[in-house]
Amino acid sequence: MSEKHLKKGNEAFAIAAINAGCRYYFGYPITPQNEVPEYMSRELAKVGGSFIQAESELGAINMAYGAAAAGGRVLLSSSSPGIALMQESISLIASVELPVVIINVMRGGPGIGSIQPSQADYEQVTRGGGNGDYRTIVFAPSSIQETADMIYKAFDIAEEYRNPVIICADGMLGQMMEPVSLPPAREPVMGDAIREAKPYALTGHRWERERHAINSVWLQQDLLEEYIDSYWPKFEKAERELQDWEEFMLDDAEIVFVSYGSTARITKDAIQTLRKEGIKAGLIRPKLIWPFPFKAFEKLGDNVKNVVSVELSKAGQLMQDVKMAVEGKYPVSLINRYGGMLLSPDEIVERTKKLLEVK
Amino acid sequence: MSEAKKIFIAGFGGQGVLLIGQLLSYGAMYQDKEVTWMPSYGPEMRGGTANCTVCISDDPIASPFVSDNFDVLIAMNAPSLEKFEGNLKPGGELFINTSVVHIDTKRTDVNVHKVDCNRIAIEEVGSDKSANMVMLGAIINVTKAIDLDIMEKVFDHVFTGGKAKFIPSNLKALTAWKPE
Repeated sequence: MSEKHLKKGNEAFAIAAINAGCRYYFGYPITPQNEVPEYMSRELAKVGGSFIQAESELGAINMAYGAAAAGGRVLLSSSSPGIALMQESISLIASVELPVVIINVMRGGPGIGSIQPSQADYEQVTRGGGNGDYRTIVFAPSSIQETADMIYKAFDIAEEYRNPVIICADGMLGQMMEPVSLPPAREPVMGDAIREAKPYALTGHRWERERHAINSVWLQQDLLEEYIDSYWPKFEKAERELQDWEEFMLDDAEIVFVSYGSTARITKDAIQTLRKEGIKAGLIRPKLIWPFPFKAFEKLGDNVKNVVSVELSKAGQLMQDVKMAVEGKYPVSLINRYGGMLLSPDEIVERTKKLLEVK
Repeated sequence: MSEAKKIFIAGFGGQGVLLIGQLLSYGAMYQDKEVTWMPSYGPEMRGGTANCTVCISDDPIASPFVSDNFDVLIAMNAPSLEKFEGNLKPGGELFINTSVVHIDTKRTDVNVHKVDCNRIAIEEVGSDKSANMVMLGAIINVTKAIDLDIMEKVFDHVFTGGKAKFIPSNLKALTAWKPE
């Protein structure tokens, strides 16, 4: 096994992004993700990259748009209200099929909210906060190892699908430390090699090829419908190929929790306590929240009595997808905290017992 | 799965609360244990208090967040003792920094370890800059969460550049406290 390092999630994001060949970072400070720009501001120039602290989140996302159009490997990071500000241009970038990777280290909302961990941006990131027909591919790491591994993979997925990819973490994952094996450094595609590797990039036609433009406006509606049809198959492909999840003590489970990110870890602790008390609990943990792992629910059998979404959101945003996944076969409940409050393992245990009316 | 040892360290900002937790975490990592370190970063931090939770285990750690039932509580100041002593599990280890904390614990069902960090640091090492290392040594001595021997490697990794000169005094501070 490669050497272990003790890192915060935010640091692991930044290191693994540079190792993945990211050379352009744009952002604007916001808690609880500031270690990402802090690291990038110190380290990116050393490997020939560019760091810019933009004047605002709007500035940052549009700089990323430009850098991606030029063929760069681009990273943005922010937290919930900052991601909200970027939505217009996320839609724009999706509409012109450019790859960018965006980290959202979620905090309590709505509005400016709190700075504590939250998962109330589930709908914002999975449904697209911007206008129009597009999707964003969304990774949901649950450990510091996954923050590194997922962002490393995210750059490749973003370029393969030519689409924005979001890494959806929360304040707990951003701030906590854990041993992590860092992925190896890869050389980025830079300079003239971009013309070959990324034919979509605006590198200048040099009278060698047709001119091409990156264009987001289609005033003839029939042409826009045609254009949407031209790129939509990639989202169907993503739904077929990118569903990914972890199962924990699921085989004989009568109560199936569904939880992602840091909350899934706390749920695992609760499951072990419930098992000791004879309650057969298990977990489906989506590793991506779009595409949602609907396949994971196909194998649930008649032994399942309850499916429970465990999340940091008042509305039960994850629960909506869980309901779609179980298609009415099982009752679906919600165990949640919100606004920046965390669920403890004990609280999950107590609320589960109440749900099952076990005294 | 074996239960993780849950250690909660609390005090004023500047007392090295987060550092004590990180050094424990490095020690656990270098001994190939699983470990999580989770700091407070919320509004209480802006008020000058700091705390962190360290979980150490031989198996993967599920929740890094622990709200009660700590195995070990380190109170570096009086507000931390008052606020968190109720969250220590019965039979747990309670470390009190008596250089700063002049009140007694209400708990009678836990093992209390009084550590006069500043006095010991001045008398044994010659500087109260190592006060937090005296506490770290006491934690390692009592809980055996990690081996004392690993700390030289940890210090070599963490205290680099201008801080390297503190390594000998910090190592000395680790064994300065003696159980009563």
